[in-house]
This record gives sequence, structure tokens and C-alpha cells, in this order.
Amino acid sequence: MNWDSLSHFLDMGGYGLYVWGSYAVTLVCIVGEVIALSSRKRTLLRHLSLSHESTTTTQEKKNEATS
Amino acid sequence: MAINWFKYSSPASFYVLAGRMIPWFSIAAIVLCAIGLYIGFFVAPTDFQQGEAYRIIFVHVPAAWMSMFLYVVMAMWSGIGLAFNTRLSSMVATAIAPTGAMFTFLALWTGALWGKPMWGAWWVWDARLTSELILLFLYIGFMSLQAAIDDPRRADKAGAMIALVGVINVPIIYFSVKWWNTLHQGATVSLTQSPKMATTMLTGMLIMSLACWAYAIAVVLMRTRAIILERERHTAWVGALPEVAR
Repeated sequence: MNWDSLSHFLDMGGYGLYVWGSYAVTLVCIVGEVIALSSRKRTLLRHLSLSHESTTTTQEKKNEATS
Repeated sequence: MAINWFKYSSPASFYVLAGRMIPWFSIAAIVLCAIGLYIGFFVAPTDFQQGEAYRIIFVHVPAAWMSMFLYVVMAMWSGIGLAFNTRLSSMVATAIAPTGAMFTFLALWTGALWGKPMWGAWWVWDARLTSELILLFLYIGFMSLQAAIDDPRRADKAGAMIALVGVINVPIIYFSVKWWNTLHQGATVSLTQSPKMATTMLTGMLIMSLACWAYAIAVVLMRTRAIILERERHTAWVGALPEVAR
């Protein structure tokens, strides 16, 4: 074990800013990418189900009108 | 019985296959990352020269490897899409670019935070750093060019040209520390020599690299699925998907 206390761990032998600065930005990028992708998928699926729904309903209306 | 190798080159069947693969690669990424970080922070010893600052290596080296590797994979799929006119290959290439750019940015960012305490400078115009910066510009150029062209198939072809021409930069990055004797240190891990670092440090770094691989595969598959849906939105199979037809 390298660390005897939490403050020791956070200090990183005086290099805390550099070490945690690297890991924090990496975490932000990864979390950001995953959130951006899942929201892209969610909006996409919402639009798709709306558009496919509207095409089927207009089709049904047309069928009603002709019959 | 012959295996139909081309079954999954159709976007419709790849969409389903990718959906099944994403959870596995996501779990692998999380587990490997947890193990890698544990080894990196609690098992690997303090470096005798750099103190604790060297622990940046567990994110810096995997990010730098991924930035180069993803570019080669992107160029490969672009080239296949260009040569064989396979839509899915080009979609995968497009899906790789943002993740590749992210890893390139992270390699530069963590490198700057490592350079400041060790070299005394956030940035120097060293051969390795400069060629890695050019890699970032290549990714950005690929993405902006594709975004600027409305017709997706033309965008694929134009992007493939950048990707294929730019691939020459990857060996330049890799060998830059040999060809130019500037500030960035040489390769610590190579295929021909035994690694010049403690085994636990090396293990942590390799496990973190595997975690980055699994992460990149999961994210690229997610983005490929989104691109497939966007491009095939008017087709009947998209309308028939259980998540669309509700």
C-alpha cells in the first residue's frame, strides 16, 4: 500500500494538481461522450417513432377516405 | 456449411448485432478500468525519479495508443468503403472519428500536465507533440469535411481521402522519438525489447489500454447504430424495429 491517509493520496507527493487534473478531464470526456451519445439515440428514436407513426396514421386516413 | 461473411455488412443486421455487443464491451471496459486503476494507484510503486507524477502514465499512454490505433482503423474502414462501396464501412469510419479525436485530445492534455512538472513546460514544439497535434487536426478535418457535405455518400468519399492521406502521420508519430532527438522520451514498451519499467507499472498500463479498447469499441458501436438509424430512417426495417414501432 502506497498511502497511509486520504490527504496523502490526494496530495500525490505534491503532484496532486497534475495527476488529478489528468484523470478528472479524462473522466469528464468519457462521461460527456456517453451522455451525448445516449441523448442522441433517445431524440433519434423519439423522432423516428413519431415520423413512422404519422406515416401509418396518414395511410390509415387515406384508406378510410377511399373506402 | 459456408459462413455468410457478408451478412453483417448489411446495416440492418449489423444494427442488431452491435446492439447485442455493446453491453459486453461496456462491462469489460468498467471492470478492466477498475482493475487497472487499482493497480495503478495502490499496487504500482512510486517512481524513483518522477515520484507520484508518473501515475499520469496510466491514462496518458493508453490514450496516445488509442489515438493512433483508432486513426489506422478509421482509415482502413474508409478505404474499404471507398474501394468496395460498402455503406457500413464508411459509417463505422465516421463513427470512429469523434472518439479518436477525444483520445488524441486526452493524450495531449495529460501530456501537458505531465510535461509541466517534469520538463518545466506545458508545451514544446517537440516532434512527438507536434505530430500528435497534427493527428488531432486530421481528425477535426475529417469530421468538419464530412459535416460540410450534405450527401452522406459523397461525404464518405471525401472523408476517406483525408483519412487515407493522413495515415502517413501515424508512423511519423510512432517513430518521431527515434528520428528526432527532442524532448519526449523514447518508447518504454516495444515489441523487440523487454520493457524498461517495473512489472506492476507495465501491468497497470496494459490493463488500462485494454479498458480503453473495450470502451472505444462500445462507444463506436453506439455511434454506428445512431448513424445507421439516421441514414436509414425512411426504410421499412427501421419502422419495424421494436424501439421505433411502439
